Amino acid sequence: MVKEFLKDLDKAFENRIRLGIMSALMVNDQLDFNTLKDLLGVTDGNLASHLKSLEKSEYISFSKSFLERKPNTSYAATAKGKKAFRKHIGAIEKLLR
Amino acid sequence: MEKEKYLNDLSEIRKIMSRSARFISLSGLSGVSTGLIALAGALLAHQLVFRHHDYLVYEAMPVDLKNLSSLLLIALGTLLLSVVSALWFTGRKSRKEGQRVWDNQAKRLLINLLIPLTTGGILCLILLFKGYVGLVLPLTLIFYGLALVNGSHYTFSHIRYLGIAEILLGLVAFLFIDRSLYLWMLGFGVVQMIYGMLIQRKG
Repeated sequence: MVKEFLKDLDKAFENRIRLGIMSALMVNDQLDFNTLKDLLGVTDGNLASHLKSLEKSEYISFSKSFLERKPNTSYAATAKGKKAFRKHIGAIEKLLR
Repeated sequence: MEKEKYLNDLSEIRKIMSRSARFISLSGLSGVSTGLIALAGALLAHQLVFRHHDYLVYEAMPVDLKNLSSLLLIALGTLLLSVVSALWFTGRKSRKEGQRVWDNQAKRLLINLLIPLTTGGILCLILLFKGYVGLVLPLTLIFYGLALVNGSHYTFSHIRYLGIAEILLGLVAFLFIDRSLYLWMLGFGVVQMIYGMLIQRKG
């Protein structure tokens, strides 16, 4: 009974920063690196490594462009990522009930 | 122990979602101050222009240059003072909360407010120069309301109700065009101030 929804808890979101990245991308079509950095209050390296791990699980996608001749990377949640996030939240809510 | 972690997670998620998606530093005091400025502007327009002329009708009226420039100056002054006071109170609140005023959320809010507002503003200027003074007051209410409804996706969602109230008042003002100045004062002055006080009290 208990175990049934525990499998919906996603290892990818056990980490606070990855959870934060995903929360922000759930309510924004896309966000760039610096906005995410300010929002979560983390260092460049730390954010980059967590972004990479979310990319690896195909939960987020990125697109590169140039803004005032500086490279700018924007991140967005994929359909797969959104689904996983909703499942994760659902599991937390059941757990807390 | 586990539960506590997940409770913290949930509140963290909520915090990040609201902080990243919406501009929430809009100050209630800016609603109160712009309401007062609107009332002052309307009274001035009443004393200088509308008291002496039956401009608030459904047809084009010959408006002499003196009255036209008085109306334009009052409108411009009211607009400028309102924008400055709204920005000042909002900037103050942002700084107090340690947020940057001019972030992406603020930009998005502003753009979405400005599209209906500029459209309405230009339309009203055209009507004013063509002598349709009476149509201008109800239209400003309607376009302001539409701007708020449009912007409500990017700030407090309840600002949508303020927008709907302004739209309704604008429509009523069209119906009772000879009373449209009072309805304008009700919308831009009183309703705006009440809304400002409500969000100020909520914090």
